Amino acid sequence: MNVIQANDNIITVSSLVKKFDDFTAVDGISFEVKKGEIFAFLGPNGAGKSTTIKMLTTLLHPTSGQIVLNGFNPAQDKDGVRKSLGIVFQDPSLDDDLTAFENMQFHAVCYKVPANIRSSRVEELLKFVELWDRKNDLVKTFSGGMKRRLEIARGLLHHPTILFLDEPTLGLDPQTRNHMWSYVRDINKKEGMTVFFTTHYMEEADRVAERIAVMDHGKIIAMGTGDELKRQTNTGTLEDAFLSLTGHVIREEEATGLDRMRRMGQMWRGKRR
Amino acid sequence: MGGMVWSPCPLLNFQSTQRHKDLNHLTNRKARQFVNVIYIMWLRQLKKYFRSKSRIIGSLGQPLLFLLAFGFGFGAIFKKAGAGNYIQFLAPGIIIMSVLFTAIFSGIDLIWDRQFGFLKETMVAPVSRLQIMLGKTLGGATVAAIQGVIVFVLTLIVGFRPHDLVLLPVGAVVVFLVALLFTSLGISLASTMEDMQGFQLIMNFLVMPIFFLSGALFPLEGLPKVMDVIAALDPLSYGVDGLRFAFIGAQSVFGFGTDLLVLVILTTVLLALGSRLFERIQA
Repeated sequence: MNVIQANDNIITVSSLVKKFDDFTAVDGISFEVKKGEIFAFLGPNGAGKSTTIKMLTTLLHPTSGQIVLNGFNPAQDKDGVRKSLGIVFQDPSLDDDLTAFENMQFHAVCYKVPANIRSSRVEELLKFVELWDRKNDLVKTFSGGMKRRLEIARGLLHHPTILFLDEPTLGLDPQTRNHMWSYVRDINKKEGMTVFFTTHYMEEADRVAERIAVMDHGKIIAMGTGDELKRQTNTGTLEDAFLSLTGHVIREEEATGLDRMRRMGQMWRGKRR
Repeated sequence: MGGMVWSPCPLLNFQSTQRHKDLNHLTNRKARQFVNVIYIMWLRQLKKYFRSKSRIIGSLGQPLLFLLAFGFGFGAIFKKAGAGNYIQFLAPGIIIMSVLFTAIFSGIDLIWDRQFGFLKETMVAPVSRLQIMLGKTLGGATVAAIQGVIVFVLTLIVGFRPHDLVLLPVGAVVVFLVALLFTSLGISLASTMEDMQGFQLIMNFLVMPIFFLSGALFPLEGLPKVMDVIAALDPLSYGVDGLRFAFIGAQSVFGFGTDLLVLVILTTVLLALGSRLFERIQA
């Protein structure tokens, strides 16, 4: 209906800015993601990836700029955006005191999956990630890999148009990682679901993503296919391309969960004056 | 002309009722979905509560201690002063106390949700923040009310006897209102906090005064003027007063109608405030 839907971009970001007090985390980035594309969003720690993802997923309000996701603007129609997204966060977001099935059920109700197909859909997905035989076990008895799989199953439950994966393979062994990507690619092919992910494993990005954006210091410094980035930097692997683009200096280590929470609290309080 | 006007009429009528039905159907479905989301959040709280046996048992220690230490400790003096049986007087206060503490602690559940990441799952869901607030508050309040019932049984064992069984449901209403009020307070406060330390402060500087100044432990009659004013400003006073009225047939200090009215109004205000605060949470 509007201009945005006229082309085949499912995500359009223009001049997006996020400032925390005097610190600019995201500094006027613009990019598009095509419908059905697998898109990797790379960058060193503190580059602004997570902040960008938070704005895309309605968890943070941009300072300025525009986002359109699946035809919805998060500033105006949060629920429209929220319904379109499946999200697997960087940190686990399951309820450990509930069973796998109950976690799925909770999600299904919140995303208004019709009652008559709820159970069958949950079953289908738990089988898909091979957790059906553990459906009645409390999540706190699950290993890290099982939790990830459950989160992916949960993210797919309501047939999202776009799947966000924020470092989904962090801390997983190669077997689980491979498995996870085969699920995601499978759904991507079958349902034409767009996938937007971040990772620190360059070979993973190179293998899975159709297009890659590299972010550093709040800006997008390169964008293209894996091969394009390699050619552009005159390097043989994406890892080398990445290092050549972002330099060899080690960035501020990722803060602990609590630190991060404190920081969020400060940001948030700052916003409310 | 007449024929032309007449013939489409039934059709139009049919269409309009059909549309009406569709609309009805749609609003029904919307309403059901709205309630479903609140229900699933409520259910989650209850499941978590019943799965933490240690929490249930642990939370009985304090009321029991209060009943024994205060109830029996001050019982003799209370009687000598001509004020009657202290256990009878104290029991409603202790029931309300445990409801207060459990209700406020719902706020801690919210902080846990934030620390363990589950809050994010809720915040990115396409549900209104009012629904989240209502679901969490109803869940927490139900848990607090159940806790109140358990402590009520405890008081019966210690020797408390309600004066009129017919008024027990009235007491239950008071207990649930107190539970709702302080759950929404706890959740509203917790939604502005990122860690437990902040909540500890609330415990010491808000919840303790609310409890001790409410008349849960002593009669509100014959107090210095300052204390009268403070007690009247303390929302818990109305809960204690209301429950005492229902359970031991005591002369209500504020009037039972006033008790209910104050509790209902404050609960509504805090629920509205809570969903406003939820709206502002940026995970």
